[in-house]
Amino acid sequence: MKLLGIDTSGMVASVAVMEDDILIGEYTLNYKKTHSQTLMPMLDELTKALELDLSTIDAIAVAVGPGSFTGLRIGAAAVKGLAMALDKPVIEISTLEGLAYSCCESEKVVCPILDARRKQTYAAGYEFDTVAKEVIAQDALAIEDFIEKVNAYGKNALFLGDGVPVFKEDIEKLCTVPFSFAKPGQNRQSASSVLRAAKDKFDKGELKQGDELRLNYLRVSQAERERAEKGL
Amino acid sequence: MSVKILGIESSCDETAASVVEDGRLVLSNVISSQIDIHTLYGGVVPEIASRKHVERISQVVDKALSDAKCSLSDIDAIAVTYGPGLVGPLLVGVSFAKSLSFASKIPLVPVHHIEGHICANFIENKELEPPFLCLVVSGGHTHLVMVHDYRDYEVLGKTRDDAAGEAFDKVARAIGLGYPGGPKLEKAALNGNHEAIEFPKAKVAGSVYDFSFSGLKSAVLNYINQCNMQNIEVVPEDIAACFQDAVTGVLADHAKAAIEEYKPKAFAVAGGVASNGALRDRLQKVCDECGIPFYKPSPILCTDNGVMIAAAGYHEYMAKNFAGLDLNAVPALKLGER
Repeated sequence: MKLLGIDTSGMVASVAVMEDDILIGEYTLNYKKTHSQTLMPMLDELTKALELDLSTIDAIAVAVGPGSFTGLRIGAAAVKGLAMALDKPVIEISTLEGLAYSCCESEKVVCPILDARRKQTYAAGYEFDTVAKEVIAQDALAIEDFIEKVNAYGKNALFLGDGVPVFKEDIEKLCTVPFSFAKPGQNRQSASSVLRAAKDKFDKGELKQGDELRLNYLRVSQAERERAEKGL
Repeated sequence: MSVKILGIESSCDETAASVVEDGRLVLSNVISSQIDIHTLYGGVVPEIASRKHVERISQVVDKALSDAKCSLSDIDAIAVTYGPGLVGPLLVGVSFAKSLSFASKIPLVPVHHIEGHICANFIENKELEPPFLCLVVSGGHTHLVMVHDYRDYEVLGKTRDDAAGEAFDKVARAIGLGYPGGPKLEKAALNGNHEAIEFPKAKVAGSVYDFSFSGLKSAVLNYINQCNMQNIEVVPEDIAACFQDAVTGVLADHAKAAIEEYKPKAFAVAGGVASNGALRDRLQKVCDECGIPFYKPSPILCTDNGVMIAAAGYHEYMAKNFAGLDLNAVPALKLGER
């Protein structure tokens, strides 16, 4: 069983291939170049290095949000093209759940937090048994509101994600439960953690056709928000 | 051996795909328009457009293939619009086309959106071949282009500010017709008095073939303000008729001047505004006076579509202008740039 994983939800562009329970290749760049320029050349290099015939993969897992709107769409559109050409199913993985899987050995509440701009974070809390259990529902909210939920949950928390450098002071000031930050090198999105999350879903048959793939932005567009504020 | 090109277009608010044979024969033409959604906002909202494109792109491409009774393996190349246009919408088509090309090992060719509009003329006019002169008028573009050869374009003039279609939309909004302004304004103009108001025909100093429509738009807005201040009744139909006359008059005048100077053997019009009946009539008259044939696409091929992208892509394919996997969306791509 082979799975291809892709995450383009943030600054990181990442592609990986897992065969059964072994990661056989991963290519991750955390660099300012746009995903539009990097993603496909990375996939090309990875498949060449692995001498991988893409038609032998069983499914494509992709981070479907929250995250950068444009980044998410580049990934989703690319996955839809791959799914159509290869006639393979896709697996939708929450960006936050995928990110949490990079710390899936932790006994704490793993709390991925992304910088959502406009003084908000995209965040959630997960506990790991054999698989991730979402114990604090993913949402776009103010960091204060998220920390309040972490405090209310009452267990030791582990924070990771690109929201950490942005909200570190708030966390240190507001968090009343014991907390720590993820270790270096496992604190950003990666396609291998998307695949860790995808493995279980593949086994359970949680597959979709490429055309059914939907992004979960957790936020409406600015135009829709302003229209709603006017009561239209 | 015929060449089949799959064309993909997502530069604005239409998700479109089509299969075209040898750059001229349409095998399918699928357009998923988002106009209903954007009408709520009085214009295209790029973020909403981008979201809709990514939702619909697979279905649209799939239908284009099945309508053409094709599978991917019958396709010789995938053509995609990479500019100009809205960056978010463009990126959806470009990203999808790149991965489809990569995984299916079908070559990818990059297409300029305006060149696509021009090439829409090859579909229904089998005898049309370069060189010819073409006026491209749409919501985002107003270009007077000498088409020397397939893939060889010379821009004689373009708008310095608003595109012609943009001016239609803005004026339509000002007189309460709503979005999209072009068709609604054209309809209102049918019942208007063409002599009621005299709007200026803007000329651009030092550049015979360039256009400027923002002055005309301001003149319309000023006229409405003055009427309101003096309690004079504003007649939307009259404004529509006189504004449309002013825009189409400038476009026709420029076309005529360019025909007289460059002496092309044919003249064509392209782009969304090319479906405007008043403009078509005027251009027909100009061409009759100059004694050259006038070519125009059917309205369905004037709007953004995948057919025109496949038609233009055919010439890119024949010239072996293939795109790499790092192809990016170029929102301000210039005509003739490769």
